[in-house]
Amino acid sequence: MVGPALAASPAGGVALENANPLIYRRQGERPVTAREEDDELPDAIDDREIFDLIRSINDPEHPLTLEELNVVEQVRVKVNDAESTVSVEFTPTIPHCSMATLIGLSIKVKLIRSLPERFKVDVHITPGTHTSEHAVNKQLADKERVAAALENAHLLEVVNQCLSGRP
Amino acid sequence: MMAAGGADVDAGAPGSRLQPWERESAAQEAAEGVKAGTCTILDVVETLGSSLENGDSRIRARGLQMLSEVLLQCYSVLQEKEVTHLVLFSENRLKDHHTVIPFVLQGLKALSMCAALAPGLAVSVLKAIFQEVHVQSLLQLDRHTVYSIITNFMSSRETELKSLGADFTFGFIQVMDGEKDPRNLLVAFQIVRDIIVKGYALGPFAEELFEVTSCYFPIDFTPPPNDPHGIQREDLITSLRAVLTSTPAFAEFLLPLLIEKMDSDIQSAKLDSLQTLNACCMIYGQKELKDFLPSLWSSLRREVFQTASERVETEGLSALRALSTCLSRSVLSSDDEDILESFLRGILQDCRHHLCEPDMKLVWPSAKLLQAAAGASLRAYYRITSSVFPLLVEQYNKHLQSSQRRTILEVLLGFLELRQKWDPEEEDKSPLLCSKGALCSMVFSALVEPNVQLQLVGIRVLTFLGLLQGLLDHLDVARLVDSLAQFILHEEDSQTSLAAMEAAGTLTPFYPEIFSRCLVRKLSEGLHSELQEESSQFQHDRCLQALAAVSTHPSIMKETVPILLQHLQKVPKGSMQAGIHSVVSVCQSLQQVALQCKKNAQNYWYFHQAVVPCLMGLAVQAAMQENTHTVLSQVLLKEDSLSAMVLVISAACMYLSPELAAQSVSKVVPLFLDGELSFLPGNSFPSTFQPFQVGWDGQHPVATQKKLVALLTAFVCALPRNVPIPQQDRLLRELLALSCSCDCPFTATAAAKCFAGLVNKHPAGPQLDELLGAAMNKLEEGLNEGPRRSQALTLLLWVSKALLLRYHPLASRLTDKLLVLLGDTVLGPAAGDGFALLMADSPDVLGKSCHADVRLMFRQRFFTECVPQLVQGFHTASPGVKANYLKGLSHILNHLPKPVLVTELPTLLPLLLEALSCLDRVVQLSTLHCLQPLLLDAPLVVSLHVDTLVGKFLGLTESPAMAIRIAALQCLHALASLPTPVVIPYKPRVIRALAKPLDDKKRLVRKEAVTARGEWFLLGTPGR
Repeated sequence: MVGPALAASPAGGVALENANPLIYRRQGERPVTAREEDDELPDAIDDREIFDLIRSINDPEHPLTLEELNVVEQVRVKVNDAESTVSVEFTPTIPHCSMATLIGLSIKVKLIRSLPERFKVDVHITPGTHTSEHAVNKQLADKERVAAALENAHLLEVVNQCLSGRP
Repeated sequence: MMAAGGADVDAGAPGSRLQPWERESAAQEAAEGVKAGTCTILDVVETLGSSLENGDSRIRARGLQMLSEVLLQCYSVLQEKEVTHLVLFSENRLKDHHTVIPFVLQGLKALSMCAALAPGLAVSVLKAIFQEVHVQSLLQLDRHTVYSIITNFMSSRETELKSLGADFTFGFIQVMDGEKDPRNLLVAFQIVRDIIVKGYALGPFAEELFEVTSCYFPIDFTPPPNDPHGIQREDLITSLRAVLTSTPAFAEFLLPLLIEKMDSDIQSAKLDSLQTLNACCMIYGQKELKDFLPSLWSSLRREVFQTASERVETEGLSALRALSTCLSRSVLSSDDEDILESFLRGILQDCRHHLCEPDMKLVWPSAKLLQAAAGASLRAYYRITSSVFPLLVEQYNKHLQSSQRRTILEVLLGFLELRQKWDPEEEDKSPLLCSKGALCSMVFSALVEPNVQLQLVGIRVLTFLGLLQGLLDHLDVARLVDSLAQFILHEEDSQTSLAAMEAAGTLTPFYPEIFSRCLVRKLSEGLHSELQEESSQFQHDRCLQALAAVSTHPSIMKETVPILLQHLQKVPKGSMQAGIHSVVSVCQSLQQVALQCKKNAQNYWYFHQAVVPCLMGLAVQAAMQENTHTVLSQVLLKEDSLSAMVLVISAACMYLSPELAAQSVSKVVPLFLDGELSFLPGNSFPSTFQPFQVGWDGQHPVATQKKLVALLTAFVCALPRNVPIPQQDRLLRELLALSCSCDCPFTATAAAKCFAGLVNKHPAGPQLDELLGAAMNKLEEGLNEGPRRSQALTLLLWVSKALLLRYHPLASRLTDKLLVLLGDTVLGPAAGDGFALLMADSPDVLGKSCHADVRLMFRQRFFTECVPQLVQGFHTASPGVKANYLKGLSHILNHLPKPVLVTELPTLLPLLLEALSCLDRVVQLSTLHCLQPLLLDAPLVVSLHVDTLVGKFLGLTESPAMAIRIAALQCLHALASLPTPVVIPYKPRVIRALAKPLDDKKRLVRKEAVTARGEWFLLGTPGR
């Protein structure tokens, strides 16, 4: 288990913690450039590409994406293709959001599934935006706890729901 | 006959031993007797007599059943007197034993359909039913019979029934009270609706009638599986809603019910209530709504503020708009209070402060509510906006972050868009005018902020302000145009400059003079600057684009077209490449102008006359001067330049009226056939123009003149079908000869296309047959041997296509030739590719836009005729040319409508799998494109081959061609949608294999790999 907070189910009539989140506009699809269409030229993995991977993850509570809730922003995504590192900061909608670990886990899983194995993936909370920031970061950084969390069928279900595209 | 009929019936009556089918046939026979006039219904009754009066209720029931079966078949031929007797008899029988009643009702149903029913009988039947029958204790079918009787009478005896007054309504209330069956409810709801709409008296029973129907609201019904009646929940909802919203008399009962159900937790109940509210606003007035407005508003507000579902929000907003519309519509008497005013005041009070909150959390819900209320009428719009506009300005100045400012502008934009709903009106009273100054300075300040998104919204806001006539004065407009010019000329972000061009295009028709003075002039100056470095080329392109965009008004177009044409002749000094680029850009702009003015015949004709002779003149002059090597003529004669001009000429001819087209074509054809130069501008043509003259190969200047046939093609093939083309026969023969004799592929193709385009439109008859005969000979000759076989193939393809499209019988002879060529070692690959040309929609000469004769099902026709031969050809072909057949096949399949493909899949799939292993990349790619939709649409067939497919697709993800890698990954993605048990065994293998394309050097490939791999990860896991 990653933490007790993860056991809380978002469904089932429990009142939402943040019922009226401010909704942000989605970025459009990344326009395809002539360079990208050229068979020969290599395209490096850049911040926008990483952001595109995670912006459409669904929030566990709302029928909205992390991008619409401003939980993830392109400026908080850093990638270094040459050194194979990715760092993502995410901002919970409210400082005591109990879903923070779950959101972090979803981002992490999405990146692990979508990036080449050479990458070292670091997902953490934007400093100063959550009450138990440190604890959550520690859980997300612990490989074994992440792996254990995904063994839990219930948790895996919630994560998969976040990761599956909108119907 | 009567005796026979009677005897049969007699035999049936007491003898309960008769089988049902025997009784049926007896009834049938008797009914036919009555219809034929060989016996009367009275005879039948008399024959049945004993059983109708028998002491045993079972025997009575059988007798009555027989009688009603006869009646149901022959009610139309009965006499009035007979009907009266039968009705009285039946009414009496209603008092009988309950097992008998269903058959009596059957008989009454038959009688209710009689035209010969005496006055008064309908009423007495209904009274008897109301009095004697306890409807809800009957079976479903018998209850349905009662409803049918009532429906029949209501449609034929309306006045009689109305004489019953409210008793009829009350009687019916009792009949339907407690009904549960959906089939019966649909009929019963219809009856209630008719009672109300047709004006039957409700008397004191309005509330009862409401109760007896509204108890079903909201409808909670799930059709049983395999329901043969096909009644859906939606049917019941609509029909009940029609009842509930049929009269204002229900308002006092309905509105509290709706408010209660809106507060429910069940989403379907919310939706149904909101939609019903929306519907009843159509007929209510403020009298009905008045008392409930506060509760309605608070429920609606809650639904929008705290919504969990977009649908509830949308319905809530549209209900609010309906309420506001209803209040706006009501006519006030002098002492009435204006309820709209107080309603809107309440809304403003509840929403205004959310617009002002610093965290802006509820800005959007509030704005949507306000916009919904304002969208009802111009009066509501003025009332709301007069309060909101100043507030938005104030908030804009208070918030400094650009994201917040953008939100505020977007809200404003929403309000401005709404204004388009009503006709323009003098804006003198409008709140827009009062806030105009503040709004303008706010928007103009947004334009100079560095944030692109903010600029984009700002441009759109300005566009809407500009559309409101009389709102902006000259200074404002000039400032607006200046800002747009600034964006167009100097903004680096292409999104913003495109938005500015679009805005300019929208606004030009309203302020042509200012745009001409402030924008067109600047653009024209921008073009004058010397072209030296790349940045100025970029600048030129912008100007050219913008000139096209603003050509939305005739007077502006008459300025921009000459500017564009002039620029065409100014070839930059730099490289050849830059020159071609410039020509192509100008042509693109001209094409856009043509499309913008196609609706206005006069402007279009102006454009045609200005542009076509000019382009042709330039090209002809260049072709004559080619040996003198001016840069301009070299640039203009490049194939890229000519192709761009082709598009302009085509766009300038497509929409001509036949008269004008005929006028113009009578000059163009002589130009090409006889060198008639007189209509071209300028008169300094150094030599003669003879594009069709047979010259020496290559070096002769005529070779360059021949290229211009492409321009002729663009012109004559774009004309409407009924325009006569002068010297058509001669022209066609020249084209035919040129297409097979010319070395230059560009010229040969242009000639072949022109020939095909004209043949496609040529009326059938001996002339066409003769022409096609000549073409066949040419083709035989050209394809057999010689240096120009590929030109002959091109001609073959285009003529085949022209004939295929119009279902000409000769088409199959030509396609047969094509099939043979697939086995040709030299021409085979090109022939295979040619199938793509045959199947695709032609963008030019043989397209719908060029008025070609295109039949709807030509692809299916071609498919059924061609594919068996193609498959056979594949099997018998030598290994070296097999790929050509696969190529042809995959092109055909790629263009075929999916439903056709799915049915043919089982036979074709093995061949497609073979095509995947073919080394030809074109074959691989088009096969993948063809398979991908099939994976989704025909999972059963595909499942049988999943093992092969997984292997092949994974192999192709390593193809050197990016497009193939992408297509293979898309196919792998689609595979994941097959039934889980079929694909789950491959999950580990696919996930492992897809790790590699995640690190592909191309971003577009990685994107597909991510999607596909993500989908495979979800396979077989919870939460998918």
